[in-house]
Amino acid sequence: MAAHSTAALTAEDFQGPGDTPVFLDAEGRHHPENGTMLGFWLYLMSDCLIFAALFAVYAVLGRNYAAGPSPKDLFDLKLVALNTSMLLFSSITYGFAMLAMEKDDQDRMQLWLAITGLFGLCFIGLELYEFHHLIHEGATPQRSGFLSAFFTLVGTHGLHVSLGLVWLVVLMVQAHMRGLGDANKRRLLCLSMFWHFLDVVWIGVFTFVYLMGVL
Amino acid sequence: MFSNPDLQKLLFGRLTLDAVPLHEPILLITFAMVGLGGVAVLGGLTYFRLWGPLWRDWFTSVDHKKIGIMYIVLALVMLLRGFADALMMRAQQAMAFGDVEGYLPPHHYDQIFTAHGVIMIFFVAMPLVTGLMNFVVPLQIGARDVAFPFLNNFSFWMTVAGAVTVMASLFVGEFARTGWLAYPPLSGPAMSPGVGVDYYIWALQIAGIGTLLSGINLIATIVKMRAPGMSMMKMPIFTWTALCTNILIVAAFPILTAVLAMLSLDRYVGTHFFSNDLGGNPMMYVNLIWIWGHPEVYILILPAFGVFSEITATFSRKRLFGYASMVYATVVITILSYLVWLHHFFTMGSGASVNSFFGITTMIISIPTGAKIFNWLFTMYKGRIDFDVPMLWTVGFMVTFTIGGMTGVLLAVPPADFVLHNSLFLIAHFHNVIIGGVLFGMLAGITYWFPKAFGYKLDPFWGKTSFWFWLTGFWFAFAPLYVLGLMGVTRRVQHFDDPSLQIWFIIAAFGAFLILLGIASFAVTLVVSFLRREELRDVTGDPWNGRTLEWATSSPPPDYNFAFTPVVHDHDAWWDMKKRGYTRPVSGFQKIHMPRSTAAGIILGVLSIVFSFAMIWYIWWLAALSFVAIAVVAIGHTFNYARDFYIPVDEVVRTENARTALLAERV
Repeated sequence: MAAHSTAALTAEDFQGPGDTPVFLDAEGRHHPENGTMLGFWLYLMSDCLIFAALFAVYAVLGRNYAAGPSPKDLFDLKLVALNTSMLLFSSITYGFAMLAMEKDDQDRMQLWLAITGLFGLCFIGLELYEFHHLIHEGATPQRSGFLSAFFTLVGTHGLHVSLGLVWLVVLMVQAHMRGLGDANKRRLLCLSMFWHFLDVVWIGVFTFVYLMGVL
Repeated sequence: MFSNPDLQKLLFGRLTLDAVPLHEPILLITFAMVGLGGVAVLGGLTYFRLWGPLWRDWFTSVDHKKIGIMYIVLALVMLLRGFADALMMRAQQAMAFGDVEGYLPPHHYDQIFTAHGVIMIFFVAMPLVTGLMNFVVPLQIGARDVAFPFLNNFSFWMTVAGAVTVMASLFVGEFARTGWLAYPPLSGPAMSPGVGVDYYIWALQIAGIGTLLSGINLIATIVKMRAPGMSMMKMPIFTWTALCTNILIVAAFPILTAVLAMLSLDRYVGTHFFSNDLGGNPMMYVNLIWIWGHPEVYILILPAFGVFSEITATFSRKRLFGYASMVYATVVITILSYLVWLHHFFTMGSGASVNSFFGITTMIISIPTGAKIFNWLFTMYKGRIDFDVPMLWTVGFMVTFTIGGMTGVLLAVPPADFVLHNSLFLIAHFHNVIIGGVLFGMLAGITYWFPKAFGYKLDPFWGKTSFWFWLTGFWFAFAPLYVLGLMGVTRRVQHFDDPSLQIWFIIAAFGAFLILLGIASFAVTLVVSFLRREELRDVTGDPWNGRTLEWATSSPPPDYNFAFTPVVHDHDAWWDMKKRGYTRPVSGFQKIHMPRSTAAGIILGVLSIVFSFAMIWYIWWLAALSFVAIAVVAIGHTFNYARDFYIPVDEVVRTENARTALLAERV
């Protein structure tokens, strides 16, 4: 639908001559608003609830070490700080990509999207390294309730970022193929919301799991 | 099959020929009957050359009306399965006393009560509710489709995929023996090592995706696509209840997804979320699943309240009494439904303060619900009531549901709950509100909107027969369970020792038989009405002298619903139009912008069945392959930008002129 974001019409916009009420939009002036951004926002909120459940589970199980390792034994804050910075930077660069998109500067946008993707890849790489390291030390998801909750919460976030990376590549291809029309802009804005949302969730993970676990 | 066990395992996972229950005569007979029925249906479709139209006009359609109808067909088919389970349980419990063991061994009986609950909630009640909302809401708000038409089709096929997965468990392997919520540790890997719980998990996960997406879809539709002039407080009550229900869906189903994912990890990977050892916590599962489960109850009942509101106003020939209070009551119930989940397990032992809090919030819900009952009664008061079939269901609901609600308030008192927890009293209570509320509501809604969907009314004689069998059958089936529950008989028992209890179970079985007659009468209604369709034809599009916008268009509505978008001045928009001299335009039509059909939804649905089957049976290569296929199809679909088209103006003119001619003929 080409014409989106037209203001919604009310009954007052359809006044007939005199007092006769108008019951039909005879000229086809009414165009329903596009619901994609609202719909995607609703999806994000539902996703947020999945994370809420996982955070709640971590709150309940987070100290059930079962005589196994605790956060103090396992977490390397320097690594996590580096990892966090990767994700935060990627959010900023996605913002730059959106600024370029607003100016219809396809090349600059593609460049910033590529940089965003690289930061995202670094994030996933560091996370996989951390997981590998933990499992190597015997701190597996099967070891205790705490580790089950930890791997699931952080891993779910990581899965989301990986999905975001696949989506990013698809959108870069589509923007390249079909230019920056309404449909593609809308898709890029949806991914933008998704990406920033994952950033916000990560801030929760960083604070709640890592910082509060070690400090 | 193979001499090499490793190869066998690689290719088929834990699936072997033993998984097909050839040694169970009951299942074999079922299998034969389903097979014969299936061959008959497929043969009929081929003989009448219906595959093409079915694929083009239905399976790949993104028309909300057709998707709504398909949801309801799915629900009615699954109702037969779920009700067959109910009959088997009633028969077993009526006979299995003392030395008589009955005909169902415990492991089979346990699967049946689990399947009965799962099917009735997820694959009967949910598709009925979703189907009715899908069909009615866009018409009521004067829209041409939902906000995301492809997503709607996809949601439907995901629900079907879940239903197919449950049905497959009947013939390959087994279903869960855990009860419909699969509490761990019973549902954990140690106590349930078989495939039953895995069938349960994957069926619900897949159907859950469909439910969540259709929830998002309908919220966006209601918020963004209402006709000009329809402010929130001018929306029909059914649309209001649909909005609240879908908000509940979006806010509750992710919790179910998360908790089932964690149960899967416990079962597949060996984590310790809900285990008894190494720091797991089974009661966390119970908490989380009821944080979804209680709102789910209101997801089902709110649209039924909406149906009754529409029907009461229409058949009393009066404006609904207390429109605003009805809206506020709906919203208050929506919010309160999140604050009561712990009443499902007062016996967990969370202490007096916590139990009192949840007991009190539960009792408070009866206040807005009571307000609704009074609104309906006051709407009827001094109205010119037509006791057509939908109105009969409504009155039957009001009596039955009020009693069910009162036993609910009784259960909300923690000390009383300590006595009645897990007893047949609870079973009687929730069937009282779900059958008397949700099911009566959906049958009322189907009868009410049937002429809109198909262009002819349902036969009233058989409709009334069905109603009376259902109502009396319900009371015969569940009143004895209240008595038994008060005597302390617990639920989910396959065999009894005390012969003095038997008479109550026989009465209950008789009630189930009456309900069977009710279902049969409903089937007869459909057949008889189809045969008598010319007599029952609705030419006007407004067979009940309705009040809301869906009655402003023809029956069945054209693909585009409304040739011109209506402009709304009042919450009974169509009534207002009729009263103030609206005349139907016969010229000036324009081309209409519509979404295009797509096969992506059904393809993704089929792939999801394959994926879940592979995961259930540990056939890892197939799981990986189907997962990649799902990703490829989903991404491929996003490369399709040609998603809409225009219905040309001469086609609109042709459709509308045909209707003009029909209307003229009638006068």
